Amino acid sequence: MLELVDLSKHFGGVRAVDSVSLHVEMGEIYGLIGPNGSGKSTIVNLITGLIEPTSGRIVLDGRDVSGLATHQRVAHGIARTFQNIRLFGQLTVWQNLWVAENRDRQQRAQPVLPRWLWGSEADRERLGAALEFSGLGHKRDDLAADLSFGEQRRLELARALAAEPKLLLLDEPAAGMNVQEVEELDARIRRVRDTGVTVLLIEHHMELVMAVTDRIGVLNFGQKIAEGSPATVQNDAKVREAYLGTAA
Amino acid sequence: MDFYLGLLQIIGVHTLLGLSAYVLLLTGQVSLAQAGFMAIGAYVSAMLTVLARWALLPSLLAGGAVAAVVACLVGFPALRVRGLMLVVATLAFGEAVRLFFFNFDYQIAMGGIRVGPLGGEGFRQIRYFPENGWTTFEVMLFIWMVVGAVMAALWWMDRSRAGAVLRAVGEDEVAAQSAGLNLTAVKVSAMTLGGFIGGVAGGLYAHYTTHIEQGNFNVLVATFAIAYPILGGLSNVFGTLAAVVFIQGFLIEGLRFLGDWRNLLFGALIVLAMNVRPSGLLDAKSMAKDLSALRRLLEAVRDGVATRWLIERLKDARAEARRLLAKWRGAFGA
Repeated sequence: MLELVDLSKHFGGVRAVDSVSLHVEMGEIYGLIGPNGSGKSTIVNLITGLIEPTSGRIVLDGRDVSGLATHQRVAHGIARTFQNIRLFGQLTVWQNLWVAENRDRQQRAQPVLPRWLWGSEADRERLGAALEFSGLGHKRDDLAADLSFGEQRRLELARALAAEPKLLLLDEPAAGMNVQEVEELDARIRRVRDTGVTVLLIEHHMELVMAVTDRIGVLNFGQKIAEGSPATVQNDAKVREAYLGTAA
Repeated sequence: MDFYLGLLQIIGVHTLLGLSAYVLLLTGQVSLAQAGFMAIGAYVSAMLTVLARWALLPSLLAGGAVAAVVACLVGFPALRVRGLMLVVATLAFGEAVRLFFFNFDYQIAMGGIRVGPLGGEGFRQIRYFPENGWTTFEVMLFIWMVVGAVMAALWWMDRSRAGAVLRAVGEDEVAAQSAGLNLTAVKVSAMTLGGFIGGVAGGLYAHYTTHIEQGNFNVLVATFAIAYPILGGLSNVFGTLAAVVFIQGFLIEGLRFLGDWRNLLFGALIVLAMNVRPSGLLDAKSMAKDLSALRRLLEAVRDGVATRWLIERLKDARAEARRLLAKWRGAFGA
């Protein structure tokens, strides 16, 4: 459903992403791993349109979205979370979900005035479901800034889901989590996939990636050096070299 | 009495001016263009009542609408700059508007005299209120009805999704885009709404003063426009009102008896207010903090009483010890 075609991003002389092509299948959990600075976050920013590619194309469901603005890509079903949580701290939990545009709304399926002023019935149902998923129902009217770290991560995931995406990009969602929280995250990612959302997971936490993903792509210095099932990737010589260095 | 009515009129118009900047500040845009929008609203609505003999309300709305259209047009180039650069760009716009009216002549003869804006002379004889027999009290009441309506509308907007969207953009543009918000639409809408409110403020101002000139819409006024919501805080619209009452009612009029010292104190008190209330006069968190500080102070006073009691007891104990020592000295044969 998501296809990157010869995607490159150069910052001056630095080839942050260098002709990467990859294909994410509908309904799978695709892991993108690589050492620090290998270009993973740059790829997320390219897919969501926060930065423009130097060359190459991004195709979603057979449609080239390379030229679209970030908010238009959300309308086409791409939502994300951030490596460093970016919530609206001075808004309440509910408001954080409320601002997220969903595809329906952008297709003008609902009457304009009510959905802006008090939110339509459909909105309330959709956001209620996202709130329930985050497990923050009891903190509905708390400011996002007052939540704990784990709760903020959950709220950010819920905000991304409130946009009802087809493709969810998770940028290092396990960063700073303890073992138990990572287990919960694992279950949560599977639940998202089970609702029919395709997941692209960028992660450093190897146990999580190996456990939850269907396929993995490995980046090193902006290039894709391997791809395949977790087992294949783990035994790939190039991947071992990228992570552990060459045997002298 | 008329003095106080006049003061209430000033506070009303400046509240509207502050609210026009409030809307923009919610989206994180600091604009020095609000005095310019006010000038546009003032000149347009005054020309409509004086030269075209329109009724007041449609003139005010038309003045607001023209200011809103101009604000919308300013909004697009303003998107390309942010922070200090936006301040400079909007400052330049505000000055351009002021200088436009400095050079703007449009006079026609009416009943033997020529009326209309005349460049640096300004626009005299905006006599809608006196001609229609409005008393100062009625004018004041009318201004506050408009202020009340605008405040109610903005209060409601703050609680709607629109308010959350404006604040989301103000807090984190990258996150707002990634949540599917169209930054251009949100920021230009805020600019347009702010322009409308500023324009209405200008229309009311022109009619109650009866004489406007370009100098009434200078950088100082633009600075006041953003100072009100910043000083008052962005928690809700009442912060802006509180700041206008504080500045116009207390600092400017209330301290007039201090003579030249007033200007010195004016600056000092604003600095003090910003230090005591960094997030605004009516910020919920700092109000709660002040209350707990007050409680601590009361406790300290109470504890002071307790401490004094303790010191008295210690003194008693020391006197007792001395008495005992004196007695025992004999027992040791010293």
